[in-house]
Amino acid sequence: MERLHWVRHRWQQMVGVDVGRGWYSSAAPLSSKSPLDAQEPPAHRLTGKRRTVVARCGPNQSEYHSVCKGYPGNSISTTKYSLLSFIPKNLFEQFHRAANLYFLFLVLLNWVPVVEAFQKEITMIPLAVVLTVIAIKDALEDYRRYCYDQKINNNSTSVYCGKQHEYVDRRWAEVRVGDLVRLCCNEIIPADMVLLHSSDPNGVCHIETANLDGETNLKQREVVRDLPQQGSEFHPENFSSHIECENPNNNLRRFRGYMEHPSKTRVGLHSDNLLLRSCTVRNTETVVGIVVYAGHETKAMQNNSGPRYKRSKMERRLNVDVLWSVVILLLMCLTAAVGHGLWLNSLKDPIYLIPGDPPPALAGFYMFWTMIIVLQVLIPISLYVSIEIVKLGQIYFIQNDLDLYNERLDTGVQCRALNITEDLGQIQYIFSDKTGTLTENRMLFRRCTIAGTEYPHHENARAQELYEEPAAEGGCSNTLRSRTSHRSLSCRSLSCNRSSTSLNTLTRDSDTHSHDDAHPTLTRGAFSSAMECVVVPDPPLQLKLGGLSSPLAPPLKQNAAELSHILDFFLALAVCNTVVVSSPTQPRHMVQLPVPRTPLSTLEDMKLLLQKLSLPRFALTSPTSANAGAQPNTPPQPSLTRRLFARGRSATFTPNTPPDPRHATLAAGATTPPPPPTAPPETSPPSRLALHPHASGDHNTDTDEDDDDESEEEEQRLYEAESPDEAALVQAARAYGFTLLGRSPEQILVQLPGTGPLSVPLLHLLPFNSARKLMSVVVRHPVTGQVVLYTKGADNVVMDLVSSDAAGGDRTGQQALIKEQTQRHLDQYAREGLRTLCVAKRVLEEAEYETWLKGHMSAETCIENREELLLDSAQRIENNLTLLGATGIMDRLQEQVPETIEALQKAGIRVWVLTGDKQETAINIACACRLQRPTDKLLTANCDSKEACEILLAELTEEIRHCEESNGGTDAGAAESPEGAAALGFTLVIDGRTLDWALQPDLEKAFLGLTQRCRSVICCRSTPLQKSQVVKLIRDTLRVMTLAIGDGANDVSMIQVADVGIGISGQEGMQAVMSSDFAISRFKHLKKLLLVHGHWCYMRLANMILYFFYKNVMYVNLLFWYQFFCGFSGSVMTNSWVLIFFNLLFTSAPPLVYGILDKDVSAETLLCIPQIYKSGQDSQAYLPSTFWLSMLDAFYQSLVCFFIPYFAYAGSDIGVLSFGSPINSAALLIILLHQVIESRTLTSLHGVVLIGSAVFYYAFGLVFSVVCVTCNSPTNPYGIELHFMSEPSYYFVSLLTTVVALLPRILIRAFCNTISPSDTVRAGIMDRLRPEEYWTCVSQWKDRLHSKNVQSSRLPPSNLSINADPPHSTDCYPEACSVLS
Amino acid sequence: MMASSYNAKEDDGHHPGASGPGGAAANSKKPDNTAFKQQRLPAWQPILTAGTVLPAFFVIGLIFIPIGIGLYVTSNNIKEFEIDYTGIDMSSPCFNCSQNFSWNSTTPCKCYLPFSLDQPFESNVFMYYGLSNFYQNHRRYVKSRDDSQLNGDSSSLKSPSKECEPYRESSDKKPIAPCGAIANSMFNDTLVLYYIDPNGTRTEIPLVDKGIAWWTDKHVKFRNPGGSNANLTASFQGTSKPVNWNKPVYELSTDPENNGFINEDFIVWMRTAALPTFRKLYRIIQRKNSMTPTLPQGDYTLEVTYNYPVRSFEGRKRMILSTISWMGGKNPFLGIAYITVGSVCFFLGVVLLIIHHKHGNRSSADIPN
Repeated sequence: MERLHWVRHRWQQMVGVDVGRGWYSSAAPLSSKSPLDAQEPPAHRLTGKRRTVVARCGPNQSEYHSVCKGYPGNSISTTKYSLLSFIPKNLFEQFHRAANLYFLFLVLLNWVPVVEAFQKEITMIPLAVVLTVIAIKDALEDYRRYCYDQKINNNSTSVYCGKQHEYVDRRWAEVRVGDLVRLCCNEIIPADMVLLHSSDPNGVCHIETANLDGETNLKQREVVRDLPQQGSEFHPENFSSHIECENPNNNLRRFRGYMEHPSKTRVGLHSDNLLLRSCTVRNTETVVGIVVYAGHETKAMQNNSGPRYKRSKMERRLNVDVLWSVVILLLMCLTAAVGHGLWLNSLKDPIYLIPGDPPPALAGFYMFWTMIIVLQVLIPISLYVSIEIVKLGQIYFIQNDLDLYNERLDTGVQCRALNITEDLGQIQYIFSDKTGTLTENRMLFRRCTIAGTEYPHHENARAQELYEEPAAEGGCSNTLRSRTSHRSLSCRSLSCNRSSTSLNTLTRDSDTHSHDDAHPTLTRGAFSSAMECVVVPDPPLQLKLGGLSSPLAPPLKQNAAELSHILDFFLALAVCNTVVVSSPTQPRHMVQLPVPRTPLSTLEDMKLLLQKLSLPRFALTSPTSANAGAQPNTPPQPSLTRRLFARGRSATFTPNTPPDPRHATLAAGATTPPPPPTAPPETSPPSRLALHPHASGDHNTDTDEDDDDESEEEEQRLYEAESPDEAALVQAARAYGFTLLGRSPEQILVQLPGTGPLSVPLLHLLPFNSARKLMSVVVRHPVTGQVVLYTKGADNVVMDLVSSDAAGGDRTGQQALIKEQTQRHLDQYAREGLRTLCVAKRVLEEAEYETWLKGHMSAETCIENREELLLDSAQRIENNLTLLGATGIMDRLQEQVPETIEALQKAGIRVWVLTGDKQETAINIACACRLQRPTDKLLTANCDSKEACEILLAELTEEIRHCEESNGGTDAGAAESPEGAAALGFTLVIDGRTLDWALQPDLEKAFLGLTQRCRSVICCRSTPLQKSQVVKLIRDTLRVMTLAIGDGANDVSMIQVADVGIGISGQEGMQAVMSSDFAISRFKHLKKLLLVHGHWCYMRLANMILYFFYKNVMYVNLLFWYQFFCGFSGSVMTNSWVLIFFNLLFTSAPPLVYGILDKDVSAETLLCIPQIYKSGQDSQAYLPSTFWLSMLDAFYQSLVCFFIPYFAYAGSDIGVLSFGSPINSAALLIILLHQVIESRTLTSLHGVVLIGSAVFYYAFGLVFSVVCVTCNSPTNPYGIELHFMSEPSYYFVSLLTTVVALLPRILIRAFCNTISPSDTVRAGIMDRLRPEEYWTCVSQWKDRLHSKNVQSSRLPPSNLSINADPPHSTDCYPEACSVLS
Repeated sequence: MMASSYNAKEDDGHHPGASGPGGAAANSKKPDNTAFKQQRLPAWQPILTAGTVLPAFFVIGLIFIPIGIGLYVTSNNIKEFEIDYTGIDMSSPCFNCSQNFSWNSTTPCKCYLPFSLDQPFESNVFMYYGLSNFYQNHRRYVKSRDDSQLNGDSSSLKSPSKECEPYRESSDKKPIAPCGAIANSMFNDTLVLYYIDPNGTRTEIPLVDKGIAWWTDKHVKFRNPGGSNANLTASFQGTSKPVNWNKPVYELSTDPENNGFINEDFIVWMRTAALPTFRKLYRIIQRKNSMTPTLPQGDYTLEVTYNYPVRSFEGRKRMILSTISWMGGKNPFLGIAYITVGSVCFFLGVVLLIIHHKHGNRSSADIPN
């Protein structure tokens, strides 16, 4: 069915949009090439790449009609058919399948009188059955889509109406391009709109894109800049600007265009101005936008691509064998044709020959076609349908596996691709992302280095470790929100239809979000559980910072520079991010910024701060003045903050157990001095500011300083970050008093220690980009007033950009020193497995800034290649940096990751880790998750040039060889074989740059040669592109099955390239999941998914396919043998209904049950002994040899099945159909019992189906032979069964035939299983043992494998050399046996 | 089973909205912990090893050998006599008849074949005619009939099915009844059996021509047009006889119960044979009493009214006399096959036993290698 969807989808794409128009989409004629277009000024559609939009109800009304009329409306129709067009269109589509064409061809062939084999209606049955079944399914699906579409189209929204001069409610379907739409909070956006007005004073609005990409954090959108009427009430009548933008495309993150005001000024439009259809407006009272893309042209709809279609490895193999079947068919037909010709040729006018026969040669030619009709069943067409059904069944079981269910997230495994289940059982390479896949992706700030001084944060580490326990059980608070998003995701994954998916979630969301909001949703977004991320400040650092504001600890003179660094460092942490602040009591309502835009501190205060803190010239600060300046300033602040949060508090302030006390006890346990009782704020105002040096190590002081309300507010402030790192950093900064209070596009509100909320004017934000690996903000420093660029990013990048010759003589030396020390610390962090980020700043001269700004603005307004220009612009400013420090963020390993990796490696799967982290971090993680064992030898590859890389690769290969020879070197073969590598263990660590070289075509081979000798490979510092390149290289060159697993957007390309892509539904949005074939929630689930379900699916499907081939060949050959006794005339000895139904009805259900329920080895054993997985990797169950052996068996069985009845009845008075009756029943018994032999498990279901099939056959035969008196002319079965089943010879013949036919297979099976059983058989035998015996067996098995690892003397076949571990089944049992198994 | 699981999935996928976050506990997506869904259904796991299979082999051997012996003995007890009367040899009495042949010859050519039976035939004796190299199973031949016409359908009688072409209408455009190639090529030799007493007198042996067709064919499938009691000549008015026939279908027999389409010779012929060498039941010689054998030992003469041409396609014609058993006619194949298979199974059982002793005991305690 999946294939069908795919074909349909492709077809639809080809034919175009208008195909999708259903019976109700009366609106929106698609005649964009209407005559109106012709009259248009050519400027509007010069390139064909742009579109012009003007407001529908405004001054440009006349222009609107000429420009925007042609754009399609907003009604969507994802249905494919209308009532009238259903039958023709559905048939047309169905006949795009090769299988159906084959059937059709046969039907047509049967209409040719000279070749006609059966009655015409009979050959039509298979086709009719298939067509009807699929048509019904399609119709139901389409109807469901229709209902969803209707629901969507009938949603109402308020659109400005020019006639009534007000907003009126309209159906979504009636919205047109150019309409001005007003939306309220929590409403769903009906079409892609450019934001023109927001009730937010800053001109922003927030949208939630969960319906689109599953990301639940808020995205900020801003009103088009420089709108003439910004700020005041928006008057649609006055809006007269033109919008010029790209033609519709599916890039969600890109929108380019400009708005031209009547004054001819142009303003650039970008994706931040665009509200996307099916997103939800949050946190904003009302917004007004102008529709630019509607209906099918919206980005949401354009992204609604069809289901993923992948062809599994086995399917490719299967197709080859289907072709072989065709060859066999043709051979058989040819034999018959030639035979018929010769037979006719030798005849002389027999009375039984009907006059008017063509000459023998021509008759032979006709006979060829007749035989194709007669033997059509040989091509297992129904196999494709059966496989699809079996896969659905397999997926059903995978999705229902309790072991793959995650209680916390309430998700199980989601199978998004329906047709590659068996690939899971053949994986040879796993490419894994690190962050979020192997690790939790719950970032915890661990330590930092500032200005070359390391602050180890020991207390913090201890507190976090203590916290781990509660986190494990109490972490469910984190899931409330994510649950809904997962659900929406799963429904997307399950419904196979094209577009009801996101719409589906959309409607659902609109139904439920209010409900959702009523909940005290505590946590949403990436990182918000306050408990987890509280950082216990490091005492020395606290002390130093305390000196900043405390009157009691006079800052030392030499510390001034360092202090300014510290200040800058934390300011950067707090400011340089895209974190959105919200308060939990009002979920999703972002904390509003105060209206005044000026800093809150008085000028005086600011001066003091300036004096005190930053620059060398102010180095000598008087503590008293600072104190004096700071103190009087304090009283206004609480009230201000209160005002700030008044809204939040007025809404139900639920007693949602503030995490504070818990943490307090934790911290108290960790630190020696118990927290002093809180002083009421009225009595000791200074204590709010003064961080007592003696108590500064205690975090409690930090919170206790604030008054109670304040601290509660503090704790409940939620940070929603796009990446967890950012949130962790913001939390860390907060621990030191640098609290991020809110942000708007123009300013950031922060609170510095000792000050109230300060507004930091945000001049520019240069978002993170994987090419730059940096993220920067340009702000006006709140204290000094300078324009400062704060940058954070990957350490190697930042280190390169740090200026080596900054102005000022001795500072250069100091910078170099800092750089050197920081580098040392960074290396240390990486060794500990921490993620490192460097923080740097650059003070910009005003003039310099102005120049840059000009260039940047032009880049921003550019439509074409804006990305490149923006990148250039960013690079122009992000250099010559001053290093401030670096942070180490801890990311815990997920549970059971080491065990999983170990099991996967034992299963012969090579695990590669591709990460963007530092080399040391990656190695550390690799060690932690046992990817690299302590005994392993580590090879690192870092080089700067291609030549060096080439040499390095050769050297490393040589080194491995050398090691192998010296270590295991008794056997020359061992060195060559990969087992040598496995026994020794090599881990290759390669960095991104070297990887770049190694991936070049001429070095590929050396690289692959090297990696094949290593047990594991770690690619660090790799970009998303490299990840996919690596996967592609391995997949294509080594011809292996690859699996990529990841959780983030950077893994998407890798996931898409790999044969099997697995997404982890984690913290970083849903992009990985959306592009994956399977989505799991934890890495550990991979173990069962592959080792158990993969193995089962593979074995089941392989056996099912082989059985199917066998079944068809066996049955069809009976007809073929008969040709030798009827002059190759195409006669059949079976009633034609039985003939057609034999495959379609009588023997179709058992293989399905077999393919869904068979279980060769129990799940426990598969998990205990991962080595069994290798049978799937080597495709042991379905090799060409297995195929041909089962063909051979089928030939043998059909020979037996035909010739035993033949000899039993030869020369007697038996009639044509009477002869067929015992043959048929014997064939049925053989085919059914054959499956019993092949099955490894027989449940009651098997019994029911098998017996049911047999009963069905006999019942059908009997009823038919009683009822059908004159029907079905040439093969009228009247009375046959009745007559024959009353004769004992019938039973004797059937019995003998069945036994003789099945004997060889039973025998060979028994011999093989006894003399040299395969792994799966041995495991199957083990499963039947008593528990205690079972466990001894398991341990014995493991011991044996272990000892073999050490010996490792056998060379595997060359094509299997990718298997790292030694082949398990050493003693070569004959190929034949393994093939039969 | 399949259908239900598929639907369940569909439901999962398309109605998630029903489970809002409110009833999270009730609507959890946690899979049910049932034996079926967790694939823990109680199952029988047949693993074919020497140990498990060998009882089956012995059992098969033990069952098959007696069956085989029984069948063989039964088959051997059947007495069968066969005589070829094609007349290919110059010496054959039917040589002359076989030479000059015409379907419509008015003067029947008769030949007499003497033969003798070495043993008396005790029970009912079935008299068959056998044809060789006659492909009654040829696809186009098999098709060339009209079952509804034979079932007495009057419209089919007047306009037979197209399948009957070119034996559908006679040259004078009358529909042929019965139409088609099968009917047209009906076997039309007449066989009469004479017993030659030791003293030389020739006694015609009574041949019963009823009960040779299947009951269902005679009573249900084949019917004369116009009901059972109608005047056949009138019923077949307006139809033509098959081209090769001497007389129309309503003159096949004088017995009204055995005339027209329900003539048993005709019915037997119409049930096409499966293989090119076949026999068809011609007459039954019923046992008169338990004291005397049906066909005593001695000399016989077969009188053949030689009509049916087979030499043109190198066919052969035979006359077969046979008694039958509960297993049907004489065929030693099944018995021998059963005995052979039984013995082979027994032998394999022994081999498996040896293998089991050498290898099998390891499979349970410690897995081999």
